Amino acid sequence: MRAQSTARKASLLTTGIAVAALALSACGATADDADTAPGAGATGGTGGNAAPASGLQIMVPNSPGGGYDTTARTVAKVMETEKITGTVQVFNLPGAGGTVGLQRTVNEKGNGKLAMQMGLGVVGAAYTQKSQATLNDTTPIAKLIEEAGAIVVSKESPYTDITSLIDAWKKDPSKVNVGGGSSPGGPDHLLPMQLAKAVGIEPTKVSYISYDGGGELLPAIIGNKIAFGASGFGEFLDQVKAGEVKVLAVTSEERIDALPDVPTLKESGVDFVFTNWRGIVAPPEISDADKAVWVDALTAMHDSQAWKDEMEKRGWTDAFVTGDEFGTFLKEQDTAVAEILKNLGLVS
Amino acid sequence: MDNLSNLIEGFANILTPLNLLFALIGVTVGTAVGVLPGIGPAMTVALLLPITYGLDPTQAMIMFAGIFYGGMYGGSTTSILLNTPGESASVVTALEGNKMAKAGRAAQALATAAIGSFVAGTIGTALLVLVMPQVVAFAIELGSPEMLAILLVAFVGASAVLGSSRVRGFASLLMGLTIGVIGIDFVTGQQRLTFGSAQLADGIDVVVVAVGIFAVGEALWVAAHLRRKAGTVIPVGRPWMGREDWRRSWKPWLRGTAFGFPFGAIPAGGAEVPTFLSYLTERRLAKRPEEFGHGAIEGVAGPEAANNASAAGTLVPMLAIGIPTNATAAIMLSALQGWGLEPGPFLIEKQPLLVWTLVASLFIGNTMLLLLNLPLAPIWAKLLQIPRPYLYAGILFFATMGAYAVNAQPFDLFLLLALGLVGFMLRRFGLPVLPLIIGVILGPLAEKHGRRSLQLSGGDLNGLIGGPVAWVCYVIIAGVILWPLLAKVLPGRRPHDRDHTPTEVSA
Repeated sequence: MRAQSTARKASLLTTGIAVAALALSACGATADDADTAPGAGATGGTGGNAAPASGLQIMVPNSPGGGYDTTARTVAKVMETEKITGTVQVFNLPGAGGTVGLQRTVNEKGNGKLAMQMGLGVVGAAYTQKSQATLNDTTPIAKLIEEAGAIVVSKESPYTDITSLIDAWKKDPSKVNVGGGSSPGGPDHLLPMQLAKAVGIEPTKVSYISYDGGGELLPAIIGNKIAFGASGFGEFLDQVKAGEVKVLAVTSEERIDALPDVPTLKESGVDFVFTNWRGIVAPPEISDADKAVWVDALTAMHDSQAWKDEMEKRGWTDAFVTGDEFGTFLKEQDTAVAEILKNLGLVS
Repeated sequence: MDNLSNLIEGFANILTPLNLLFALIGVTVGTAVGVLPGIGPAMTVALLLPITYGLDPTQAMIMFAGIFYGGMYGGSTTSILLNTPGESASVVTALEGNKMAKAGRAAQALATAAIGSFVAGTIGTALLVLVMPQVVAFAIELGSPEMLAILLVAFVGASAVLGSSRVRGFASLLMGLTIGVIGIDFVTGQQRLTFGSAQLADGIDVVVVAVGIFAVGEALWVAAHLRRKAGTVIPVGRPWMGREDWRRSWKPWLRGTAFGFPFGAIPAGGAEVPTFLSYLTERRLAKRPEEFGHGAIEGVAGPEAANNASAAGTLVPMLAIGIPTNATAAIMLSALQGWGLEPGPFLIEKQPLLVWTLVASLFIGNTMLLLLNLPLAPIWAKLLQIPRPYLYAGILFFATMGAYAVNAQPFDLFLLLALGLVGFMLRRFGLPVLPLIIGVILGPLAEKHGRRSLQLSGGDLNGLIGGPVAWVCYVIIAGVILWPLLAKVLPGRRPHDRDHTPTEVSA
């Protein structure tokens, strides 16, 4: 009996160690989690003294690894290393094309420490997801970067220039499948739809196939599953150099440095310009002082060499605009997106 | 072999104390993260990114690779011990693994998972060296029609294991498919079964479903019976795998590898589908199929090998042509950009040392994982001797934390509880759990590929029939469906003949 109970004690001890090990690893992760989770500082502007820009948080409304995530983390890194601000906490709140994050931002009324990374995708998602919160509710802070779209075909494609592609597309839109890396309402969806409209194709006739990001879209183009792909040009640069895909046109106003031989749509006789962009907004009704803190910090970041280096490395195009000017731009985008989605019957 | 000499150079490069230290940190963090439900390798790599900017790219990549493999490893531990799958790729492991644990064979289940992962990881990495270009070409050729055909094989296979009653099996499958439909329709943007809730717009995360059905459902079930049945003590069992366990494990390991590796290389192929295929294959091929559902070691060995092999497969398109096929690979690629390196078709040409050091670090990381996990297996197994009320309290704690960690949304906790009640009801009315999970994971995939195939063909039904891979799949389906008839016609043959064993991969 006694022997048995000692044995049991011994085994309980080992169990204890195992539990401790589990708990330890749990602690590690909860600590990580606390970094990403909405910290206590987020709830209401803590009235502390106005020490220059400390305790700032940037929320990323989609998952780690995406474009918004990379942008927000790069912004935070530059602001920290250039000592523009204290530590900037970046956390992810993914869901419903970014509108879960948007709702949260709108709910954080008056919180001057929080900002949300966003872009054209969130503008569309606010409509397609029938979000109650809209970007008009937020306080625009700054537009940071933009990226031109590209019309891409595989190296074996029968289309050698944009004109032949558009001609075939006009002839029978249902036979020419367009692929993009976003769901309806996202940038890669808006690009071909607006292009179709610009060349006189009824957008509802466009056969758009949504892929789950560039990782799924690229193989579909290379493997000739679709007639052409529409996405940000950055996704394709390496594949262009490798000769796997051809870019028939870029959608920017001017030609792109990285692709000097590729004509713009305008040069090819299509009067259409499209850029995807990313920017930062803050919750509604923040004080002018808080707004100025964000605008000043981002302006200082934008002027730093470190930010220029990052943009160069990542192939981003500078599109820095702040405050009210960004607000006007947001409104324009909002109207254009609403119109095309209405046209497609995606928004009533 | 040019690749081999490069690889040797890679080994020479990694075998410095500092690099080995980073590999060790990577696998340890990866295992910890895998153990915790809800926190995946993708999230961890993203969180660690800022820290690694100060490091040399090689060291950071070594660490990331460790996290990646370690995560696949660690996921099995909670699946087996606590019936709480940490990642969607280790959901299948919980089916047989937890039954083994309850029968006092937790140590064997953990060991076969660890060794199977090691074998699969090593073979997968070796294949990475040998057949990179061919695999990429094959993976890109596969389109939606082929994926649909492969998924249909999994569905047909699943319906063969629907449990004692077909009606109950199908009921469970339909519930799973319904849960899978929740969310925004990716083609039309319509909301389905979301009841206007933004939290449901992205659908319910597989981890939340699995943890709810498995862990919470079971905890409720046990709690409901605690008064009537005195808690049976879980037997201790032997600490290591016996000869019989080895004999029954090695073939599933190899078959699991054969399923997992190509799937990892397919864009959006993922690690879940091969674990299901592996489980269903093992169940069909098993000498004692009646053991399935009560803790068959084959059902742990195969799927665990499959998910690790798929992790190796993921690196193929990433390193060869710069295409990430899952979230972790996408973040690793974005990290490369942060260092000013250009991921893509030229990475191997421009940075051969980085690529081959990474590959070498995968071999080292795999070995480290085995050394780290195998001795721990008997210790982990003792965890189950905690008295039941405390054990299940602990399980509920882990389940809740995991469900919350997926999206950091309190809403998910209510979902978890609701799904726990569903899990309780499933047990109460004798409905099998596997078809439901298959419905949740594979249903949306099948829908996506089916609809995409039709979109591509402009609505023409011929679009559903793809290339040779699809044909092979349809032949297999026809075979599975017609087999009972054929078996009657040919009385000389036993139903579990070995003629449709998938090709085994030799290292």
